[in-house]
Amino acid sequence: MEIDLGEARTTFIAESQELLQEMESSLLALERDPDDQDAVNSLFRAAHTIKGSSGVLGIETVEKFTHLVENLLEKMRTGQIKADSGNIELLLQCRDHISRLISLAAEGGEGPGKDLLGAGDDLSAKLAECMDEAEAAQAAPDETPEAGGGPSSRTGAWHISVRFGRNTLKTGMDPISFVSYLARMGEIVSITTIFFSMPGPGEMDPEDCYLGFEIDLRSDFDKKAIEDVFDFVRDESTIRILPPYSRISSYVELIQGMPEDALLLGEILVKGGALTAGELEEALKHQEESQDAGRPRIGEILVEEGATYPEIIDAALEKQKRNLVASAKEAATVRIDASKLDSLMNLVGELVIAGAGIDQHAARIGDAPLQESASIMLRLVEEIRESAMKVRMVPIGETFNRFRRVVRDISRELGKEIEIAISGADTELDKNVIEKISDPLMHLVRNAADHGIETTEARTSAGKSASGTIRLRAGHDAGCIVIEVEDDGKGLDRERIIEKAAARGLIAPGQQLTDSEAFKLIFEPGFSTADEVTKFSGRGVGMDVVRKNIEALRGTIDIESTRGEGTTVRVRLPLTMAIIDGFMVGIGQSPYIIPLDMVVECVEFTEEDRRSAGKRNYVNLRGEVLPFMRLKEFFNENGAGSKYENIVIVQYAGHKIGLVVDELFGEVQTVIKSLGRVYREVKGISGATILGNGRVALILDVPRLMQTIERNYFARAG
Amino acid sequence: MPLRIRKAGKNGSTIRVDGEMNIYHANEIKDGVLKAAEGRDSVVLDLSRVSEMDSAGLQVLLLAWREADRKGVPFRLSGASGPVDEVLRLFDLRRLFCGDGEGE
Repeated sequence: MEIDLGEARTTFIAESQELLQEMESSLLALERDPDDQDAVNSLFRAAHTIKGSSGVLGIETVEKFTHLVENLLEKMRTGQIKADSGNIELLLQCRDHISRLISLAAEGGEGPGKDLLGAGDDLSAKLAECMDEAEAAQAAPDETPEAGGGPSSRTGAWHISVRFGRNTLKTGMDPISFVSYLARMGEIVSITTIFFSMPGPGEMDPEDCYLGFEIDLRSDFDKKAIEDVFDFVRDESTIRILPPYSRISSYVELIQGMPEDALLLGEILVKGGALTAGELEEALKHQEESQDAGRPRIGEILVEEGATYPEIIDAALEKQKRNLVASAKEAATVRIDASKLDSLMNLVGELVIAGAGIDQHAARIGDAPLQESASIMLRLVEEIRESAMKVRMVPIGETFNRFRRVVRDISRELGKEIEIAISGADTELDKNVIEKISDPLMHLVRNAADHGIETTEARTSAGKSASGTIRLRAGHDAGCIVIEVEDDGKGLDRERIIEKAAARGLIAPGQQLTDSEAFKLIFEPGFSTADEVTKFSGRGVGMDVVRKNIEALRGTIDIESTRGEGTTVRVRLPLTMAIIDGFMVGIGQSPYIIPLDMVVECVEFTEEDRRSAGKRNYVNLRGEVLPFMRLKEFFNENGAGSKYENIVIVQYAGHKIGLVVDELFGEVQTVIKSLGRVYREVKGISGATILGNGRVALILDVPRLMQTIERNYFARAG
Repeated sequence: MPLRIRKAGKNGSTIRVDGEMNIYHANEIKDGVLKAAEGRDSVVLDLSRVSEMDSAGLQVLLLAWREADRKGVPFRLSGASGPVDEVLRLFDLRRLFCGDGEGE
């Protein structure tokens, strides 16, 4: 298996991940509703594309295996095989196998090992079995057209559906020549001219091409040869070529159950294709009988008898509109190497710093026009920064969807019934963050499915609905992204956690803990309350890793749980990794940055407050107790205490604290630079930034500061 | 042969198109045919002197047919030259324009 490490291959691997993902979600959709034709279509398309691309790139293992899968899917698509739990399970396994083969190819290592080959042969055999069964079943119902899903086409002709691109004529091509060429390849049994995309006389541009054809061709040529006829117009036009034997009854259904995705216009009609006009009419008659007849007709499709079929046209027109939107969307997307985005982001970061420098110099020189220009430039830089950041944002929905499979597998394995409910799937997060959060989230979902949700019997006897629900939620909250994994399972056992923690020496025996503190113990290394280790979790590794991963993203994790009712794990993540809006303050002689999103307000720390606070570390803020922290003491900054101190009130995860600082400088754009390994353990600092004047300012880690202050607060209070 | 669209036949009841019905004259044909067909209670096109027809020409023909059909005005071809007939045969459109009698 020799492949050159070309760019195409990288693209293929990236693309195939998406396609595999699509296959998986389609399969899961199909499992919920075996009649979902959209799912079958997109499944087929995904497999087809994987096969095609891997073929082009010479990744034979993938091509060969996917081909088998595609064969089965083709039969499902034409209705010869019905989706059922058996073949969906098989297809899921096949999907996984393809995924393994692709990652093997991605690594560029040697051919698949014995295990993989064995698994592949196994699956191939099962696929073949599936096909044979279908063929055996196929032979029978042909005799009795009324049985099952109705007869298949017996015309033995190729069905070709083509919609020429708008610019076909302008580029010097003529549909007439393509069709006459086809006519020479065999016998055109029937041809239908379709021009319903042609607008009214006012808008119709006679140099645009609005023509499309549904052609039935009897020919001995193979698919490749027929496809090649349209070589010159393939890019612009929509061409579908179907071998014979589509199920007649399925096509009206197909048109109505139209897929949302990039299935192009022509394919709608093809789905019912490979039919003779008579069969078409027959099928429609059935359709009309069951529905109310007499809808308005649109006479824009010409069939042999000059008759029109309202359902097809209605559906097709509707579809056409949607496809226009879909294709417009598609064309507007560009695939970009992530590293290019990273370097763009770095440059923008440097630009922000340089801009801040110019601004400061301008202010110092006191040259008004220069200051003016500098501030305009700063504004533009800020806009660039925002756009650059948006470019990197991707919705989290895709990650969530991946968990459907996980939950499904676990529920199968453990014999539980688990539903998964997703909300806020369009919440956007930095791509880097999404990549890094995916594994920890997966772990949380696994935990919820494995430990959280009870077995069906346990649920019923507890008076709950038999099937458990895992809710995945994402949304914004005060400059953070909040992701929740909630289950309605048995909840955490507080006493057990404390008992275990005490046994492991994590807490002192008899130590009083709040619920939230107790639950947080499960994030300690090696902690597990599960009695038995299952395939999925319970080994006591993981939760601490989850916490570490999330903290590495400058995020935090909380647990809420009610015995018998369920558990909610809440992960908070910063919106972005690279650049934030900061609030600069001075402590002693040094500048510090507080993330602006967390700043609620600033108040003066008056003489009176100081006096009344005395040695305590809280003040009365409009009747509210506000714990505070003197940052100068915390960071051991020296320098004469300034006369006027200020309290910056920050909020995080629903808690407010005050940070006492010497000076307030105001808002700055802050490019986060991570501190070296040496400083990793420094509490209260999450990073550093370079200011316009070249000085380094440390960025405060508000969540950590908060933990510290709360600990002190409680220690004193307790 | 240059393109010409004019009234012909008894009382000018027929619209005759002479010359090339192709993309080079597509705009002219569209405007000419639609204008000529406007307000008639039946549209009869004589295409027997059309020297060439391509897809652009055919499209205009289809447009005219559809307009007539939309208004409920009868539409037919009184004559078709070789090149026109070839296109109509290829796309199986003869019945549509030439009446039932001439179908295969």
